[in-house]
Amino acid sequence: MPADDSSAPSARPCRVGILAIQGDVEAHASAVTRLGADVVRVLREKHLGDLDALILPGGESTTISKGIDRLGLREPLRVFADSGRPVLGTCAGAILISREARHHPVPTLGLMDLVALRNDYGTQVDSFASETDPGSGDFSGLRCVFIRAPRLVELGPDVEVLARVDGEPVLVRQGNRFACTFHPELTDDLRVHRLLVDAAG
Amino acid sequence: MANPNPGNGNGSGTARTTAEAFELKVGLAEMLKGGVIMDVTDSTQAKIAEDAGACAVMALERVPADIRRDGGVARMSNVEMIEEIQRSVSIPVMAKVRIGHMAEARILEALGVDFIDESEVLTPADDQHHIAKHDFRSPFVCGARNLGEALRRIGEGAAMIRTKGEAGSGNIVEAVRHLRQVTGDIRGIQARAPEELMSTARDLGAPYDLVCFVHQHGRLPVPNFAAGGIATPADAALCRMLGAEAVFVGSGIFKSADPDTRARAIVRANTHWEDAEEVVAASRGLGDAMEGIEMETLDESQRLANRGW
Repeated sequence: MPADDSSAPSARPCRVGILAIQGDVEAHASAVTRLGADVVRVLREKHLGDLDALILPGGESTTISKGIDRLGLREPLRVFADSGRPVLGTCAGAILISREARHHPVPTLGLMDLVALRNDYGTQVDSFASETDPGSGDFSGLRCVFIRAPRLVELGPDVEVLARVDGEPVLVRQGNRFACTFHPELTDDLRVHRLLVDAAG
Repeated sequence: MANPNPGNGNGSGTARTTAEAFELKVGLAEMLKGGVIMDVTDSTQAKIAEDAGACAVMALERVPADIRRDGGVARMSNVEMIEEIQRSVSIPVMAKVRIGHMAEARILEALGVDFIDESEVLTPADDQHHIAKHDFRSPFVCGARNLGEALRRIGEGAAMIRTKGEAGSGNIVEAVRHLRQVTGDIRGIQARAPEELMSTARDLGAPYDLVCFVHQHGRLPVPNFAAGGIATPADAALCRMLGAEAVFVGSGIFKSADPDTRARAIVRANTHWEDAEEVVAASRGLGDAMEGIEMETLDESQRLANRGW
């Protein structure tokens, strides 16, 4: 960012929170840092206060969901999303952001009008990497790493598909809320994180 | 490193390069960071572990403390027991094979186990060689006492390293020793000049390219977790302070007076290891920890960490 306008207080870096109960928090932190944004590791309601955006990372959705309840964060996370600030959920985060998780149900945050089918591609031996389908617009040619990934189904009318792999939605948007079944934080391509930071304005 | 047996794996048979397969294996290890992996011997324990917030379970027939007590040959768990645990939980399921026992590892791969632990806790099947782990679709975790051992295992294809510690001892001293050894070895390599790295690789008995990676990045190329002797919330917090990115708890939970409470407490301390008040709260009302073993009372032959090289 050019440093010629020292009078502009609005030039402070975007502050991106990462829910830090469990998972690949540091990989997300690295991606966010490369975009020039500040990172806040979120474990308390007070950490949500001055954030511009929030990431629900990859990890184990059962573990993270139990941590959300233990820390009393379920309602504060909903309030944060209702404030209109952008939220991105990747893999386990996409499960948590959904209105419902099936196969081994887990309590979700209900922030997006879609259903996540947990581990729907199989166990770890079925994990895979693939490029997004042609016609995925800004996200064409994006290499996606799927680890025990969920599948997104029953997308509501307000949910827009931003990228597909083999015809299946893998990156979707509903207003300022984003769900991604792969792991953009595990590759060097920053397009998905930039989407979040840009949405924060 | 070409896979000598392309397409011989089970599952979909999708062709993958070794590098791509390795990325997926390390990817799952990344997802387990910040978590607690708990040893369980049946589906009831597995549910307790999952409900307490474990990020994975390790299915085995006897926890290390019982293996140590009972003696005899410790082998891979029964297939039915592993399958029962796989059916009972949604979190990843790991299981152990004997060092060098590639046939046991093929069984776990075919069962779709999420992570295979080539473990010194079981009786070694090969006293010279570890498994060639790149040849498998399943990721492997291996124990290590120092950087050379860690890099040898990664060279063979391990996607996660854990300290060996001393399993089943309830004594954290060996895990601390191994964590400090690995991180100290890493700092030593960072301080070397580039032209010194080949002789460093020779001295460590480690692959040169991995020594160069450590020199450049100041860390292992795969996640580095702690195991062996963790019995209290404070033990878990200590391992995190020393640089471990997650912890394995074996006998420490189900050999304690109140496994459910202790499991939750260790999860809590592990998440909040930097927050002393949380670790205090996690340490209240736990009942008795497992009984520990003083290291001096163990012969060299009784030390599980000495297995493997």
